[in-house]
Amino acid sequence: MQRKLLLGVEAIGQAAIDAGISGVYAYPGTPSTEITEYIQENEVAVERNIHRQWSANEKTAMESALGMSYAGKRSITCMKHVGLNVAADVFMNAAITGINGGLVVVVADDPSQHSSQNEQDSRFYGKFALLPVFEPSNQQEAYNMTYEAFEFSEKTGLPVLLRITTRLAHSRAGVVQRELLPEKMLKLPANPMQFMLLPSYSRKYYQQLIDKQPLLLKYSNESEYNTFSHGTDKSLGIVCCGIAYNYLIENYPEGDCPYPVVKIAQYPVPEIWLRKLEKECDELLVMEEGYPLVEELLTDFFERGKKVHGRLSGALPRRGELNPDHVRKALGHEQPEIAEVPAGLVGRPPSLCAGCGHQDTYFALNEVIADYGDGRVFSDIGCYTLGALPPYNTVNTCVDMGASITMAKGAADAGLEPVFAVIGDSTFTHSGITGLLDCVVEKTNINIIIVDNETIAMTGGQDSSAKGRIEKICEGVGVDTKHIRIFVPLKKNHDEIVKLIREEVDFKGVSVLIGRRECVQRVARMKKMSSSKNE
Amino acid sequence: MKTDIILAGVGGQGILSIAAILGAAALNENLYLKQAETHGMSQRGGEVVSHLRISDSPIYSDLIPLGSAEIILSVEPLESLRYVPFLKSDGCLVTNTTEFRNIANYPKLEPAFTELGTKLKIIQIDADTMARETGNPKSSNMVMLGAASPFIHIDKEIILKAIETVFKAKGDKVVESNKQAFLAGREFALS
Ligand SMILES: Cc1ncc(C[n+]2csc(CCOP(=O)(O)OP(=O)(O)O)c2C)c(N)n1
Ligand code: SF4
Repeated sequence: MQRKLLLGVEAIGQAAIDAGISGVYAYPGTPSTEITEYIQENEVAVERNIHRQWSANEKTAMESALGMSYAGKRSITCMKHVGLNVAADVFMNAAITGINGGLVVVVADDPSQHSSQNEQDSRFYGKFALLPVFEPSNQQEAYNMTYEAFEFSEKTGLPVLLRITTRLAHSRAGVVQRELLPEKMLKLPANPMQFMLLPSYSRKYYQQLIDKQPLLLKYSNESEYNTFSHGTDKSLGIVCCGIAYNYLIENYPEGDCPYPVVKIAQYPVPEIWLRKLEKECDELLVMEEGYPLVEELLTDFFERGKKVHGRLSGALPRRGELNPDHVRKALGHEQPEIAEVPAGLVGRPPSLCAGCGHQDTYFALNEVIADYGDGRVFSDIGCYTLGALPPYNTVNTCVDMGASITMAKGAADAGLEPVFAVIGDSTFTHSGITGLLDCVVEKTNINIIIVDNETIAMTGGQDSSAKGRIEKICEGVGVDTKHIRIFVPLKKNHDEIVKLIREEVDFKGVSVLIGRRECVQRVARMKKMSSSKNE
Repeated sequence: MKTDIILAGVGGQGILSIAAILGAAALNENLYLKQAETHGMSQRGGEVVSHLRISDSPIYSDLIPLGSAEIILSVEPLESLRYVPFLKSDGCLVTNTTEFRNIANYPKLEPAFTELGTKLKIIQIDADTMARETGNPKSSNMVMLGAASPFIHIDKEIILKAIETVFKAKGDKVVESNKQAFLAGREFALS
């Protein structure tokens, strides 16, 4: 059988296409971005004209995916873990409405925070919403489970949450593909009130969701992805979730693990296997990527049950992603002799690219701030967050997308004056517009600097929904056009930019300054692409 | 048979092309392969590392355990040193000697290499100069792949074919210069 070398995320994209989706809806976020990028470039997807444009944020993405499901077609929505916070409202409620066409929600968690603000574990959202969660342990399983998730979604009438983590997302392996399915036909929901969550309906639907739980458990117990393997040494029983299974087997290269093992890749947790394991073994060891969800479930609050080891007990690190070495230690195996990292090696912290316009904005802003003192620049998430580090030391906050404007507003309400918000173009259209409206309504004294590099740079230079629309949006929200000011962040414009900012600081109201110059990486990429086309 | 390789370098130095070539070669040979790489920040100049595992039996972990890599293949000397705990005691560290200095406090590396050299097999190669000499200054990563190739259990011809596959879109000239760079690096390591 022909194997194709695919990243975990690419395997998911390929499986979704093969399962006959009519749309992918997403906002970029590491490590989920390449699912959508893969579909955007795929021949079949292009030929079928599957919906594959970026959405403004994760909430608009998931709602559109739900709309496509309403119309009877299969859709997938993809995001990073914190993106699910943004889409949590529709996610929780889509569990109540259920689906019409199969709907798969892919969420990529980032334990160890390779490129994220936190390492929250999306399995909790699955549990919270009472939805089935798939957590593949390798690239082939990622393909197979995604492919099957659409049918599972239609069979149960529920969205499926597919949870992956960075390591699986960004690791390649050979993957065998399945048959390409046709897209579904347009078909409205049989019950016209299915998506009408007036309390009189939704109380009933919520009860139906609760009533489905035993069925979900039955499917988990019977799933081929949840397995029990026998062992001769019953002093310990091991539970592995998702990719943690690989780290266990890595420690038994001959396939000779002496302990009974339950492998979990589908939730709710397979009760029959866990009960069997607990009955047979003296103690349990739980290995999971993320928070100790299963460990906590199996640990008896009153400490009457059998001992459970894992991240909570200290057998494994409390935070960060697992690796074969953590697991080896937890199993009590010896570490081979290793060479030590020589002393004095320094890291290479990320920094803004040479020639990046964000730098010029920060050097100008620093000059203005010097008059008032530090601690008044609220910022956001993107390349420009690196303005928190030397040599700029300009921005003071980065919390969640859009929080620059609203936190600056709150600080202004508290009496801090002047305040600045520094926000990227894509972050502005993702979650900044509503905050701007709050400022306009209350005539807040705020200076908002939109650092417009005309792309979503941080995640690889995707097209930004903001492109060419920012002034109109600000005007439409109600910002006085006299206080929508544009500058070009270039070294030679330094004095002019400083002057511009000073003028807007003197104005006691809502000012929006737009620093516009295309990301130099994007310029280089576009040049390369057009020259290779001409060859 | 298994080969575990730590590929290291700085963003933009072409370690992902090395991985792509070995991936194509392994697939061609019907071998199992796993290749974990760091993505993330777009900006250039950060550390980049990839765990590449090739085997004739199924591979489980995407990450290489400590003390078990056959090769560290680094296109930058400082980066090669970060990962020495992954190397097996009889493994080999193959590194480019051209430093990528984008940090103010770039340390002196000689003492570390001298010290490690007493315990580990180390091959240091001026890949940038060698690449220039073969006519394509951008092919230093292929020089490095060539230098590491004697320790990778894949036939030379298969790797050459994979270089062709990966660079085909860029034209015959690019394919040929990359092949030459590979062969030059290989010869250096074998001599
Ligand atoms: C809710 C959420 N979604 C996605 C991300 C990932 N993310 C971080 S920064 C960023 C893009 C920022 O783009 P922009 O505001 O234009 O700034 P730039 O990087 O271009 O400077 C994205 C998508 C995130 N951190 N949080
Ligand atoms: S990728 Fe673009 S926006 Fe980000 S630092 Fe580099 S030039 Fe600036």
